[in-house]
Amino acid sequence: MENLANIFVKSIFIDNMIFAYFLGMCSYLAVSKTVKTSTGLGVAVIFVLGFTVPVNYLIENYLLKPGAMQWLSPKLASVDLSFLSFIMFIAVIASMVQLVEMVIEKFSPALYSSLGIFLPLIAVNCAILGGSLFMQERQYQSIAEATAFGLGSGVGWFLAIVGIAAIREKIRYSNIPAPLRGLGITFIITGLMGIAFMSFMGIKL
Amino acid sequence: MSGKEPLLSPKNLRLLTDPLARNNPVTVLVLGICSALAVTVKLEPSIVMAISVIIVTAFSNLVISLMRNYIPPRIRIIVQLVVIAAMVIIVDQVLKAYAYNVSKQLSVFVGLIITNCIIMGRLEAFALGNKPWPAFLDGVGNGAGYGFILIVVAFFRELLGSGTLLGYPVLEKIGLYKTGYVNNGMMILPPMALITLGIIIWVQRSRNKDLIES
Repeated sequence: MENLANIFVKSIFIDNMIFAYFLGMCSYLAVSKTVKTSTGLGVAVIFVLGFTVPVNYLIENYLLKPGAMQWLSPKLASVDLSFLSFIMFIAVIASMVQLVEMVIEKFSPALYSSLGIFLPLIAVNCAILGGSLFMQERQYQSIAEATAFGLGSGVGWFLAIVGIAAIREKIRYSNIPAPLRGLGITFIITGLMGIAFMSFMGIKL
Repeated sequence: MSGKEPLLSPKNLRLLTDPLARNNPVTVLVLGICSALAVTVKLEPSIVMAISVIIVTAFSNLVISLMRNYIPPRIRIIVQLVVIAAMVIIVDQVLKAYAYNVSKQLSVFVGLIITNCIIMGRLEAFALGNKPWPAFLDGVGNGAGYGFILIVVAFFRELLGSGTLLGYPVLEKIGLYKTGYVNNGMMILPPMALITLGIIIWVQRSRNKDLIES
């Protein structure tokens, strides 16, 4: 339990998807003009990361890893399909996004209409694929750990995009040097936010 | 395709050079930032990353352009993802075989080329509507535009952060440390990549006024 909380907090603050790895920057920059839309996108990202990381964890451990197919028959123990992981992960992500979209549409039309346009965008959000690839690289021990990591990364991304959106709403009327307006100042603010987030480094739970 | 016009006609040449400056995918179109920054601590992985992206954009543009009349529009995203993923797998396997150390340094970022928006964007915007050769050039141009920014950022971060270029201790050789100069450790930390890029955009836009946002 302690371990799970540790992974969760670590993936929110220390290994933040945006500030430490710059993942999901494209939609982070494009959709962060108002707090309302960025909240919608952030929630959708938490949702999808929380789903895809555990699913990809199962695929990685029961299909792709060297020797992972042993549970089917001992003959398959030497099969190594790990070179297929990119294509499997992206296929899972694309179909999970579709599935999540249909489930939300069925059970919560209100949430669907507020997330609707963002869900398809998420399939090509680097943060989602990045989540699965980091899960593969860091070799989490159990599916619970993978889920904690996925949810934590999603929450971290959510915090980052809502934060930058709030700041961008505030600076809209500030007198910024013309060539720096828009994209340039957003990068610099994100950098400063990243430096602030670095103060979480070294926290041990 | 090139029966009437030469392979590098002015129009085709523009496809190649435009994305380097005026239509740069990173600083002007804001695509592909995701993987652009995390690999720029050192010059070497950035160069490898730049080359990988050029190869993937160029060849996936070429393949999609060859298939453009056979892809049903409804499932084109999946087809594009499969083509890109296949290209990235090839690049990843080659890197693992011939440049293992760099491939370890790049870690997940080679895989993340798949979701690099530049590639999807060029496939959607250009390869689906153009012949193979211009599509190939467009891919090379956009990959190079991305690689150019990557290498500029990495150049400053490695020079100011570690005092080396491609591992060669430049600043030590010219004797700067004797005058009391100290490396700026900040430049190695991730946030400085964003700030460096912000400054590059500032410089580019103050030289090129029509890029300024209102």
